[in-house]
Formats: sequence, structure tokens, C-alpha cells
Amino acid sequence: MRYEAPKSLQGAVALLAGATGETRVLAGGTDLLVQMRADVVDPDLIVDIKKIPETRAITEDRGGWRIGAAVTGAELKEHPRLKQAWPGVVEAANLIGSTQVQGRATLGGNLCNGSPAADSVPALIAAGALATLAGPDGARDLPVEDVMLGPRKLALRRGEIVVSFWLPPRPPRSSDAYLRFIPRTEMDIAVVGAGVSLTLDNAGTISAARVSLGAVAPKVLLVPEAAHAIVGTRLDVAAQQRLEAAARAACRPIDDKRGTTEFRVDVAAVLTRRAALIALDRARTS
Amino acid sequence: MAENGTNGPSGTNGGYVGTRTIRPDGLDKVTGRARFGADYNLPGQLIGRVLRSPHPHARIVRIDTSKAEALPGVKAVITRDDFADQSSEFIPAGEMLMNYKDVVRNVMAREKALYEGHAVAAVAATSAAIARRALKLIDVTYEVLPHVIDVVEAMRPDAPLLHDDLFTAGVEPKPEKPSNIAKRIEIVLGDIEAGFKKADVIVEREFKTAAVHQGYIEPHAALASVSEDGSTELWCCTQGHFIVRAHCARLLGLDIAKIRVTASEIGGGFGGKTVVYLEPLAIALSRKAKRPVKMVMSREEVFKSSGPTSGATVKVKMGATKDGKFVAGFAELKYQAGAFQGSPVQPGVMCAYAPYDMENVKVIGYDVVSNRPKVAAYRAPGAPISEYAVESVVDEIAKKLGLDPIELRMMNAAREGTKAAYGPKFGPIGLEETLNSIKKTEHWNTPLRKWQGRGVASGFWFNIGGETCASLTINEDGTVSLMVGTPDIGGLRAALTNIAADELGIPYEKVRPIIGDTGSLGFTFLTGGSRSAFSGSMAIVEAAKQIKAELCARACKLWEAKPDQVEFSNGAVRPLGELAEKIKPMTIADFAKVAGKTGGPIGGYGRINAQGAGPSLGTHLVDLEVDPETGRVTILRYTVAQDAGKALHPAYVEGQFQGGAVQGIGWALNEEYIYGADGKLQNAGFLDYRMPVASDVPMIDAIVVEVANPKHPYGVRGVGETPIVPPLGAIANAMEAATGIRFTELPMSPPKVLKALKERSAGGMGAISRPPL
Ligand SMILES: Cc1cc2nc3c(=O)[nH]c(=O)nc-3n(C[C@H](O)[C@H](O)[C@H](O)COP(=O)(O)OP(=O)(O)OC[C@H]3O[C@@H](n4cnc5c(N)ncnc54)[C@H](O)[C@@H]3O)c2cc1C
Repeated sequence: MRYEAPKSLQGAVALLAGATGETRVLAGGTDLLVQMRADVVDPDLIVDIKKIPETRAITEDRGGWRIGAAVTGAELKEHPRLKQAWPGVVEAANLIGSTQVQGRATLGGNLCNGSPAADSVPALIAAGALATLAGPDGARDLPVEDVMLGPRKLALRRGEIVVSFWLPPRPPRSSDAYLRFIPRTEMDIAVVGAGVSLTLDNAGTISAARVSLGAVAPKVLLVPEAAHAIVGTRLDVAAQQRLEAAARAACRPIDDKRGTTEFRVDVAAVLTRRAALIALDRARTS
Repeated sequence: MAENGTNGPSGTNGGYVGTRTIRPDGLDKVTGRARFGADYNLPGQLIGRVLRSPHPHARIVRIDTSKAEALPGVKAVITRDDFADQSSEFIPAGEMLMNYKDVVRNVMAREKALYEGHAVAAVAATSAAIARRALKLIDVTYEVLPHVIDVVEAMRPDAPLLHDDLFTAGVEPKPEKPSNIAKRIEIVLGDIEAGFKKADVIVEREFKTAAVHQGYIEPHAALASVSEDGSTELWCCTQGHFIVRAHCARLLGLDIAKIRVTASEIGGGFGGKTVVYLEPLAIALSRKAKRPVKMVMSREEVFKSSGPTSGATVKVKMGATKDGKFVAGFAELKYQAGAFQGSPVQPGVMCAYAPYDMENVKVIGYDVVSNRPKVAAYRAPGAPISEYAVESVVDEIAKKLGLDPIELRMMNAAREGTKAAYGPKFGPIGLEETLNSIKKTEHWNTPLRKWQGRGVASGFWFNIGGETCASLTINEDGTVSLMVGTPDIGGLRAALTNIAADELGIPYEKVRPIIGDTGSLGFTFLTGGSRSAFSGSMAIVEAAKQIKAELCARACKLWEAKPDQVEFSNGAVRPLGELAEKIKPMTIADFAKVAGKTGGPIGGYGRINAQGAGPSLGTHLVDLEVDPETGRVTILRYTVAQDAGKALHPAYVEGQFQGGAVQGIGWALNEEYIYGADGKLQNAGFLDYRMPVASDVPMIDAIVVEVANPKHPYGVRGVGETPIVPPLGAIANAMEAATGIRFTELPMSPPKVLKALKERSAGGMGAISRPPL
């Protein structure tokens, strides 16, 4: 097994594109190293991207924010202003694992591990984030909801890596929230995750919204019907009920050791409502 | 909290017993210097790995190891052929029974693989990678058989049969056909039918609990080195290295004197490290390879191949008069044993009604095999299950009669002189004191909100004594080396050092405790049964007595005094009467200086079979909150009160109370072995086997009650096991208080709780109100 830690994007792309055999990008390693130890993957080449400046920075960009794919959850939390604009994204990344895991785990790794239960992904999708990719054929942007195709299946082409995420500019009276269900308080995997981002008009009516659900389908879902259910409302009880119904309708969960289908659908509806109420509350005071 | 500074009975002034001294092993543990099982290495060592059955039940037709043996770097391969068969014979193993015929089959499958993860072969190679490759080259031909996982299904006459020579014991006449029911046991006190006739209220319920694992953080690890003449050294993490030695000698046909076992520091055992898994394999591999062999289990192996405790089905029927007097108690327990007989159903049966003074009791138990890993002891083996069922029904009786659950328990509490259904008459015991102290807490008297509930339950465990050695050696400078043969799991060194310092009247810091290997002391039973502080302290008192007598005798010689003219007190031999005017006392250090001139080295050696272990009873109080929309449960507050007899070291007694409560919380709320229809374990890891993490539990308040055990020189009772008994019932009772629903199936995991809440509201009990955000 070969380990490389290139200092430039081109270097990383060239290594990945030129390699034969199995290759893996290494960010925090909190998924990859676990999978290697469990004999699930056995790569011939590991390309560590943490030395590449573009993957490690948080910058303001075109009125929004750009977050490097190898920025850790702990770094997101410590950023002085990001939390005000995107509290949901920051809290989602900081639900991952535990304090120790958050010191390593990255947004890029969370997305590219390809798990439908990844905690930061619904928050990024609700935020309308774009993933900026670099590959042998150059750079391109993909909405985060289009990066994951199914469990462990990504839209990345051979040699392509996620360099960073771009979060769009935030209008006034906007906020977001992410909630997940686990039976414990940490060190667990989401049985359901729900991310909601919304913007209020002057009168306090929801003028725009995005809703995303994790762990209830083969990939993290963007649920436009759920957003429709609340846009134009002030999230009164009737709107909450329509929101819950839309969330339920979108779920296509499996029945497994982590939760029955029925349980996941019920909890998805509850968490979507609760996340929307938190986002609403935050938007009112933002 | 226990009072500080109590003196020991021998008139010393140390006063360490009952105080919170700093544990002698603490520094090494917090700095990482302490050596746990996997920290031992030897030059030239090989890495051993185990090939495990992928099938829950299969006949092993053929094992071809030739390709693996031919792989460069592979130095030994072992299978069933490397172990001689053992005859069937039951021997007591602490709180459980064991049979070497089964043990030899559990460490290495013979005729059949009986559970997924059952060891089928093992290799030793020059690297872990080669060992792993070698496992893939072992060709096992299986004839897959139908399997059975559930205990009730396993009892059916048409269930797949695990052992064709297993005939239910304890039934007359002896059954003609073999079955999966290994044993039926029964205890009877009084006349149950007559008892129920006197009852004004009868509650009957059926309960189900899941198999749960001890969940120790440190996986099993062993390092063996066998020399050409068969002398064997073994380092391993175990609760009892003398037991490991005995098992390995038997399984490998070695003389006991040829095996020396050193116990590493241990990252938890809770009963699960009282048996052998890797140890005989490592020795067999080392014997074959003539090199040291190191083996460490993965977490997945720990879950699939080492002992959980039983899941069970339990029926309870209790009757009480309208005043609340329990007049009859019946229970029927069906416990999973795993693939080989020997579930803890016997103690389950004995403990079911032990906290209560009842005239009419009948409890029946079944020990049932199925295609799961063989169960191992787990903290008060068997008792949490049966007492959970009884404590749930006691709570229901309290509600039916409109009685306070503490008062109801008080009215029926077993006390000194009560005849237990399992046989003996109790000496002084502390159940009433624990109930009283719970009642007096601020916790009990604090109001709760909607969707919060409070539950209380009591629990009983016997505790044991047994064979124990301890040595005290006076060093040349007057310091003392203390050695015992029971691994220190929960602060044992500190507790025993308190005793040794007080007995000899010297400073705590002058005593250095170590856990001796099997060559250093006589046979010492394991750390289990809440026995190590109880019996270790008795052996130390005995060893100290010898030292004191020896020093007095030497003083008599030096001073030309008669025995009644000298006395040992406060760390010195003191002249009495008129002699006191002429001669100065001699301290232990003074004697140490002249040891060579006065008869040689000074030491004491306690070798005892500790008798008179006193039962410990406890009462737990818990507050929890249910999220009615998700079924998630949060433990808000928790208080344990338990009778320790005497807390030698209060901090470690409290630690036992807290640890047991936390394990009970896990058992009640989320922990379970989950099997697929294919008979394979689906959650062999801490991600999906949901033990509580630190942030899941509040600080557990501990109240140490001290009702002295008259059979122990300091009044000690064992404390380590009782704390896991009450939580299941206390939490189930709190769930009932919070939701109005009696949960009769563990774990009370969110999907189960939400389903029950939904069914209730569908049944017209009113919609679930939403909690405030
Ligand atoms: C104890 C523990 C608890 C955990 N708890 C949670 C949890 O609560 N919630 C949760 O969602 N996850 C959890 N995880 C999983 C994991 O921590 C997260 O998915 C984390 O975000 C992964 O990030 P990483 O940087 O460590 O990824 P890595 O392990 O470095 O990479 C993960 C995968 O993505 C690929 N990859 C990484 N970066 C890129 C990139 N920029 N471009 C292309 N491919 C890339 C890698 O090749 C690998 O296949 C937990 C893991 C552990 C060990």
C-alpha cells in the first residue's frame, strides 16, 4: 500500500487518475481507517488531501461561504461567523461521533463515504450547498443532493475529488436547523435525520425553504414537497401537519436493526416539524 | 455516605478502613503505563487468529488445513484434533456450573459448530496479515443444519436439536427423547395454592428479556509461551488466573505446576472473564510452533464468541392481601444457556423472591440450549432477569392497592430471621435500611412533570467467599509487600491496602499491593461473586495475625519477657506492666532491621476458605422522561442505596453501585443481541449494540448503607453484583409511571416504546399530547 500526501490539487488529481488498482482519498480517516481495519477495503494507493490548501480553508466567497472538504467539524464550530449564517450545518457536523471524532471528521468525508445516514449531508442539502469537484477534466460544481447516487455510490468520476462546498448568500431572516434521532446521546448513527433551511419575508411568512431527510431512503433526499407545504405559511399547526405528511410520503426506509419502517417514518415527520420550528425561531431572531 | 475513620477490630490507630485513600494502581492507569492484556509482547512472538463458523448450526464434515500450513510464515495450525475429548462431569465454577466436555467443545468445535462465531480452527503466523490469509486457506466442509435462536422455540419438541445426548435433568421419569431443555429446577416454600386463596389481589404477567453482553471495554487477549519441556507461561486478562491455569491444565493435559499464569490489568470483566476462550488455543499453538503466540480478539469476536448473559421468558404470578401482605409468589423462568447447558437459571430461581418475607413461594426454572454463544457469568448471574419480573409485579400490586411502593416493600421486606424460599434463614440484612434511606432522599420527594416518571425497585444477591490466599511480607526497611491472587477490577488494591495498613498499624503509603501470579500463592478463586474484597480482607487479617504473633514472640526473646508481658498495638510491640518502664516499644521497622538476627525474614500467609459471605440488598430510585413522539427515554436522575456491610473504601463501593446501575440502564433501555432469520448476530459492535455512553447517564447518587456482616472481622459484605439487579425493574416501573403503560419486554428501545404509545392512543386512550419543544 502506498501513501501520498500531495500539496496541490493537480498533484492529487494526477495521482488518482494515474493509479492502477484500488485508490482511496483520505481526509479525517474516521470512515476509511475503520473500514480498512475491518477488511472492508484494502486500497493500493491512499491520497491524503489534508495538505492541499483549498481543502482546508473557510472563506467568504461571492456573498456566501466556501468550506474546504477537509475542514473538520471542530474547526467549523470554532469559526467566529459561520455559525451565525449556518447554525444547522455547523451543528450537523458537530453531531458526528464524539468530541474526538469531530476533531478529525470532515464534511467531504461524510458525503463521500456514501452513507444515507451521514449527518452533515441533509444539512448541506437543505442549505442548497454546491460541491466543487476537481478531476482530470477540470473543475465542476454539483448540487450536494446530486453527489450521492445510492449507498456507497457517488457521481464522482474517476480521479475526481470534492475540493470544497459553497454555501449561498444568506438573505435577512434566514436560518437552518438539523436534528437526528439516535437512541443514545452520541457515538451513534442517525436512525433518521432532518435538515430544514428557510427564509422569512418582512411579515414573518416563509418565503423560501428547503427540506432534506437522511436515513429514510437509499440516499439522502431533497424533499421539495415538504418545502412547498410550508412556503407561504407562518408554520401554523395546519402547515406543520402538511409538512409532516409530505415528509412521511417521501420516506422509503428499510426495516432493520436500527429501526422499523414504521418507526422511521413516524420519527421523520416529527423531526422535520421540530427542525422547521427551530429554523423558524432562529430566522425570526437572526 | 459512609463515615470516615472507623478503626479495625484489632485496636490499631491507622484508621484507613472506610476512607478514600488514593488507589495504588491509579497513576499507572491514568498515564497509560499499566499493562493490559494486549500490552504484553515477547521476542519472536507469533500472532494467532481464530477461524470461526459462519453458520449458526452445522456439522463439521472435514477440515483441511494443508494449504494454510503450506503458506510461508505459518508456524502452526490447530483444530479439534489438537484437543483430547473430556468426559462429562459437572463441577462448580463460582456462581455457575461447568462441564469440561462442553468447555473443550466451546473453545474448539468438535462434531458441530453450534453458533455463528464458534471457533473451528486457529493459526499462528509471523504476522497478523499472514495469519489472516492463512485462515482463508483453511477449507472446512460444513453440513449446514437448521438452527434455533429463540428460547421458547428451542423448547418445542420439533425444534432443531443441538445435542442428541441431552436429556432434561430434574424430571421424573427421565425423558426418553433428547431435547434442548437441559434441566428443570424447582424451589417450593409453603403452599402456593393456599396462599393464592388468601389473596385479595393477584397479578399475573409474562416478561421477555434480551441476551445482553457484559460489554467490557478490553477485548480478550492472551500471550502464551511453551518451552520444549512443556513449561508454560501465560499472560492474559482474566478475572481469575488460577482458574485459567486449572482449565488450561485440564484441556491440554498439563501438570498444574508446569503452567504459570500472570493476570494483566483488566479492562472490565463483569463475569465474562471467568472462563477461557483464547488461552488454551494460544498455549496449543505455542506448543506446536515452539514460539510465543499472542492472540487478541476483535470486538466482533467478543460479541459473537464470548459469553453474553441469557435472554429469557419469565412468568410471574403474585398474590397480596388488601393491606399489602404478599401471600403467594409463583414464577416460571426459561433462560437461554447458549449452545451448551449452564444458564444462570438456578440463581435466577433462588433470587426471584429473596428480597421478601413470604410464606408461599414456588419457582420453576428451565435451562435451554440454542444456537447462540454459550452464556458466561454476568454480575449477579440470572438475578436481574427474575427480579425484574417480580419487581414489576410488585409495583403493579402497589398501584392496584393504592399503596406507596416503598411502604409495600417495607411491609414485606426480608429481615434478620426471615426464611428465604431458597433455604436459609437470613442473618442481619439491610433491605429495610435501604428503603428507609431512599425514602428520606430529596430525590424521592421532588415533584415531576408530565411524561416524566419515577420508579423504585429492590434487589438481592447472595455473594460468595471461597479459597483465598494473601501474603504480607515485612521488607528490610519495614515497608510491607502485600500480595493477593485476585485481579483488581474495581479498586481492590486500595481496599485491601486500607486493611493491611490498619492491621499492622503502619502508614498506607508503606504498603505496596501487587497481584501475584499463580506461582506466587496458593490456589485463589477468581474475582467474581463479589468476593475479592470480602475474602481477601479476611486472608489479610489472618496473615497480619501471624506477623503480630511472630513479632510478639521475638520481642519476648529479646526482652526475656513472658507472652502476657507484651502486646502488639499501633504498629509496634509494646511491653506491658513494669516492663514498660524499662524497655521501649519496638516498631515493625525496628524488627525489620534486626530480622536476620532474630529468626530471619518476617511475613504472614493467610490461606483460608472464606465462609460467611453476607447477602447484599439494595434499592434503586430512578426518574426518567419519555419523548412521546419518538419513544426515546432520558434518564434524569438516579439514586442507589445498598447495604455494603462495611465499606472498606467508600469511593470504590460507590463506583460499584454506579457501574451496576449504568449497566442496568443499558440492559433496560437499549442493549440486545439482534439475530437475523439466518441465525447470525446483526449487531456485533458498539455502534449497534447500544450500551450507554457517558453522556447518556446522569451522575448516579450512591448511598452506602452499613449493616455489619457478623461473619466478617470488619463487617464486610460483597457489593459488586447487587447493583445490577434493581435497575431493570426500577426503570420499567418509572416507564409505567411516565406513560401508564406496563412494558413487559426488554429492552424498552424507542421503536418499541413508540409503538406501544401509538397502540394505546389508537385504542381510544386519548391522543399523545405533544411535549414543549
Ligand atoms: C466513532 C465514530 C462515530 C461516528 N459517528 C458518526 C455520526 O454520528 N454521524 C455521521 O454522519 N458519521 C459518523 N461517523 C462516520 C465518520 O466519522 C463521518 O462520516 C466523517 O464525516 C467522515 O469524514 P472523514 O474525514 O473522517 O472521512 P474519511 O474516512 O477520510 O473518508 C471517508 C470516505 O470518503 C472518501 N473521501 C474523503 N474525502 C474525500 C474528498 N474530499 N473527495 C472524495 N472522496 C473523499 C474517502 O476515500 C472515504 O471513502 C462516525 C465514525 C466513527 C469512527
